[in-house]
Amino acid sequence: MNRLRVVGRVTACAPVLRTCRDGAHGVTRPTWRFMGRTQHQIAFLLGCLAFLPTHTAFAAGNAVNSLDYPGPAWSPYIVGAGIGVLSWLTFYFSDKPIGASSFYAQVSGFIGKLFARRHTESLAYFKDKPPQVGWEFVFVLSTIVGGAIAALTGGEFVNEWLPPMWIDRFGDSIALRAGVAFGGGALMAFGARLAGGCTSGHGISGTMQLNVASWISVICFFIGGVAVAMTLFNL
Amino acid sequence: MIDPGKAVKQSTEKPAPPVAAAPKLLAGVIFGLAFGFLLQKGGVGKFNILIGQLLLQDWTVAKIMLTAIIVGMIGVFTLHHFAKVNLHLKPTRIGSNIIGGLLFGAGFALMGYCPGTAAAALGQGSWDALFGFAGLVVGSWIFAEFSATLKKTVEKWGDLGKVLLPDLLHVPRGVFVVIFAVLLTVGLFVLERAFPR
Repeated sequence: MNRLRVVGRVTACAPVLRTCRDGAHGVTRPTWRFMGRTQHQIAFLLGCLAFLPTHTAFAAGNAVNSLDYPGPAWSPYIVGAGIGVLSWLTFYFSDKPIGASSFYAQVSGFIGKLFARRHTESLAYFKDKPPQVGWEFVFVLSTIVGGAIAALTGGEFVNEWLPPMWIDRFGDSIALRAGVAFGGGALMAFGARLAGGCTSGHGISGTMQLNVASWISVICFFIGGVAVAMTLFNL
Repeated sequence: MIDPGKAVKQSTEKPAPPVAAAPKLLAGVIFGLAFGFLLQKGGVGKFNILIGQLLLQDWTVAKIMLTAIIVGMIGVFTLHHFAKVNLHLKPTRIGSNIIGGLLFGAGFALMGYCPGTAAAALGQGSWDALFGFAGLVVGSWIFAEFSATLKKTVEKWGDLGKVLLPDLLHVPRGVFVVIFAVLLTVGLFVLERAFPR
């Protein structure tokens, strides 16, 4: 219910940005009441998750170095600054932070409504965030087109089912890649929803707003990612 | 400086309609095009660059993210100071941030693209991103199925509400932004010296 109200407020703010300003987005001070118990829970969970990489070590092949494969077309500093400026624009003109993962949740909501409307509408997540063809939805769709324009203009359109680095490490089975990418995608979406965002929503938009949630999340993205990638590619 | 949290405007808006208004969508399309274009030009639609970051071989991703954070932070907080933009903060819930973050990272390493860069990867013709798309949709659905339970359990662990780093450290926001921008810039210089790519 809370989230729904926030969505409503954001919409209300867009046309009258100057009058409602911050008032609409209350920031509460931290309360430390739960910290004692929480720290124990966190320690326990971190311990459990340390076993995760050992379960994912299923493949073996030649060691590969990612620097042997094509690099970026533009300097990362130009691109980073561009994304930073783009954030100013999305904040100012659309009253939205850049984010990608909620798009996939909305697609799943639309598909769910198609097959089991009542059940989908009964789920807590979709009650809070009903699937909508909104700003985030078209944003991610046009990200695909933007990527295509960049690739075509830069002569980097690859048209391939398997990345070369993957082939050199795991062979040319599309089924293996499909299974791993599907499983990884599912795990990633679940994690993104639980954490409240992805590498865009937390990793860029949240961290630049100095949001504590985002800094914790992005550090954990990389801890989890490095642990599993090292296991997959170096063992 | 404006201090959010002193006054809360109550909304009388109805829930969002199934399709948003056209000008809003048009803005989303334009910004999305720019985002996808920048991601692809930055190379972060490429499997080897993303996995290379997780293998600590290729530091392109960290450089892009840190630069975006520095530039974005300065602009957004300046605009916010002059009351031109709202902040969009997600609540800090230590339990779900950590568990969700670690699961996300594990999935990221398996898929090789993250939700935003997968879109750019698909645009550049890396069709394996489609399998990831399907997984992302299914994973979102699985989360929705368990959302009521998670809300009552994991999401309650260490719930601090909406909180910023400067609030946590009891430092004025403007001061924090300046110091942090300097520190991150120094960090980038060190990173560039240590890892040219």
